[in-house]
Amino acid sequence: MPIKLVLAVFLLVQTGLALAAPKIQFWRMDNGVRVYFVENHDLPLLDISVDFSAGYSRDPADKAGRAALAHHMLARGAGGLNEEEISKRMADVGAQLSGGFDADRAGVGLRTLSSARERDQALDVMARIIQQPEFPESVIQREKARTIAGIKEAETQPDHIAAKTFMALLYGKHPYGLQSSGEVATVSALTRQDLQDFYRDHYRADNAQVAIMGDVTAEQARAIVTQLTAKLPRGNAAQPLPPVALKIKAETRRIAHPATQAHILMGIPGIKRDDPDYFALYVGNYVLGGGGFDSRLIDEVRQKRGLAYSAYSYFMPMKQEGPFQIGLQTKRDQADQALAVVRDTVRRYVAEGPSEAELKQAKNNIIGGFPLRIDSNRKILDYLVAIGFYGLPLSYLDDFSAKVEKVSVADIKAAFARRVDPDAMVTVLVAADGPAK
Amino acid sequence: MRNLLITAGCLAWLLPFAAAANPTEFKLDNGMKLIVKEDHRAPVVVSQVWYKAGSMDEVSGTTGVAHLLEHMMFKGTKDVPTGQFSKIIAAAGGKENAFTSSDHTAYFQQLQASRLPVSFRLEADRMHNLVISDEEFSKEIKVVMEERRWRTDDKPQALVYEQLRGVAFQSHPYHHPVIGWMNDLENMTAADARNWYRSWYTPNNATLVVVGDVDPQAVLKLAQEYYGKIPAQPLPPRKVPVEAEQHGIKRLTVKAPAQFPYLLMGYHAPALKNPAQDWEPYALEVLAAILDGHASARLNKSLIQEQQVASAVGAGYDLIARGPSMFLLDGTPSEGKSVADLEAALRVEIDKIKNAGVTEEELQRVKAQTVANHVYQRDSMFYQAMLIGEVETAGMSYQSLDTMLDKLKAVTAEQVREVARKYLIDDHLTVAELDPQPLDNVKPAQAPKGLHHAN
Repeated sequence: MPIKLVLAVFLLVQTGLALAAPKIQFWRMDNGVRVYFVENHDLPLLDISVDFSAGYSRDPADKAGRAALAHHMLARGAGGLNEEEISKRMADVGAQLSGGFDADRAGVGLRTLSSARERDQALDVMARIIQQPEFPESVIQREKARTIAGIKEAETQPDHIAAKTFMALLYGKHPYGLQSSGEVATVSALTRQDLQDFYRDHYRADNAQVAIMGDVTAEQARAIVTQLTAKLPRGNAAQPLPPVALKIKAETRRIAHPATQAHILMGIPGIKRDDPDYFALYVGNYVLGGGGFDSRLIDEVRQKRGLAYSAYSYFMPMKQEGPFQIGLQTKRDQADQALAVVRDTVRRYVAEGPSEAELKQAKNNIIGGFPLRIDSNRKILDYLVAIGFYGLPLSYLDDFSAKVEKVSVADIKAAFARRVDPDAMVTVLVAADGPAK
Repeated sequence: MRNLLITAGCLAWLLPFAAAANPTEFKLDNGMKLIVKEDHRAPVVVSQVWYKAGSMDEVSGTTGVAHLLEHMMFKGTKDVPTGQFSKIIAAAGGKENAFTSSDHTAYFQQLQASRLPVSFRLEADRMHNLVISDEEFSKEIKVVMEERRWRTDDKPQALVYEQLRGVAFQSHPYHHPVIGWMNDLENMTAADARNWYRSWYTPNNATLVVVGDVDPQAVLKLAQEYYGKIPAQPLPPRKVPVEAEQHGIKRLTVKAPAQFPYLLMGYHAPALKNPAQDWEPYALEVLAAILDGHASARLNKSLIQEQQVASAVGAGYDLIARGPSMFLLDGTPSEGKSVADLEAALRVEIDKIKNAGVTEEELQRVKAQTVANHVYQRDSMFYQAMLIGEVETAGMSYQSLDTMLDKLKAVTAEQVREVARKYLIDDHLTVAELDPQPLDNVKPAQAPKGLHHAN
């Protein structure tokens, strides 16, 4: 015992000096399912995410909301269990179901204790949800009504109105311009058959990946994947999405609303997750509007002028070019003043790029903060999902710091010049007082 | 890590004790408390300083000053110029922020464990060297007013919550919102902020919580070096009134732009004060979980799935607070249903518990979830530190976190029924209703004349 303790102390000191990224095991099951696994026994915990290319970008405009409702219905009746039985069986062992859903991805997530009784019961329910959802008609009708109520409520709120208008102007008829929950009319028209068809077409083994993090062995992980996916049909890996039109019409849209604050969004279609400019733009955006108090937007809008509580910019890289978005909220009578500051800040940044000192600060934070990105099971699971879903290299976490370090001022200037035309952006203002006379 | 062999020998000898002594608690000579919890899963650390000073310590006319001061703490000190605090933490690869509640104000940094001294140096410096200039104040108060608009004024449900507390609490300072009333923000001065800082920002009013890949003795040494040199000073007397007895149900309406109405019901209820002896707060916590602890818990099953009277519904109760707590029920009626329908349906569920109690199966389910959550918490160093800071600042020991788990596991079905009967009664109840206004009928709120701040 004493010797073991000495070793433990010594090893901890070592890992404190140079943090190795977790070792990711990857394999493909016989049915085509891709598996990303990190074995870790520090806590008696197991986190799993099963993900499909079945996000809302798979909806045609006249069936907007279909993918979200299909995903939402998975745990509302499956494999002979009704929604109440599903919910109770999970709660009885303290397990938590979750489900990431966005334009690209539909996921079923589980967090459970790794002890056999808890784990086995949670996995049994999860396996049914993924492979045998039943889409009960009465539950569909009820959940449609709740979805519609949610849409109607959201459409009275200024942040939602701004975001919806922004995405529609950015993406036009491309499915990234759709609303995740759909529209009142499209959701009203959805049928059980629509949901079953969508499930059958998209929840397939070749379209699936499983990420597992925690207290199981590789052998157990393999058995878990089999349990969760063996009944999924083969075939139909997701077709590529239509390309995004990157050149859009510059436009400023003003929408009246009684709120005390104007919500302002500005942007343009940005980048794909596997874009070669990813790191230059990620690091460059830290300086523009991603780095909190280190960022120029916060400095100009908040620190110097007190115009807003929050002001930010980000790239949201997706399968296709996700948005580059700038946002802030300010008292409605100072919307135009704030907008002028933002436009000027963006224009100068795109023209000049960051200073060497700003770039150094950005790198120090991003590289120095790397250990914080992987300091919990849940964070590592999220990376496994992203690496799998966007086809990033298994060495992504190992390479991360070096890729950030390599970015130069010239790289950032060139990448922003290619991607962000300050004169070709969409601007949405909700609840702003009219332009200054 | 000097004297490895000796350390190892001691560790083996002390093993049972050592296992029980994580976290480790220290007190500096100036009265500042330090609690260190070792977690060696990753080479990182979180450091949080908790001040026992929140909006409940404010007086009428300067509400919001606790939170405003939190903002000012990111400005300069005598030694660290304006804006440099955040830059230095960022350059060290750190994340930082702060939060204010009715009970406390807390500041934190997350860093690689080896960079903990950066956090201690800066955080200790601003504990006693802060400079609140008129110029920085005049900009920051505008930022806080924007924050108020964003958090509350334009969010109908947040507005309902603010108004409900304002009515439910009349004499207790939980009456006023953490962010402050807008008029108080408009009239706030830099002198108010300085006065608040001088009163409460002192080591004997602070608890330092450190969780991460650290050695407690080394952290203690570091804390003595940076925080230990700050002199203690007497604290102002805390005069916190007990909420006056309520003599009947209270009702209020809030008008705001929205599509659907919303209902919020709040019952006065006690918070935990003596973790080892109290039982009612644990029973109230279990009651909230039985009502709303999973997707088919009582309220969801009955009101959303079966009766379809609500499109959303919830129950909540906070065990830990410096002052009294509330047991809350809320919900949005389904399209075509009214707030009255929803309130009636919620009351039926409460009556069912008062009359028939809860089942052993429900009780066991909540306990299984509680035990599992206790393990899940260990996946986040930040959350572990939060729990310790909250409990300590509320006047209890971090050690009571274990007691609390045991006591929750010991709650009986009869106790759940008993607290429902005792606390969920009309004489303790305030009911708030959102009366949704069509967008085109609402005039934009106008600031009162004469209060505009010069740009």
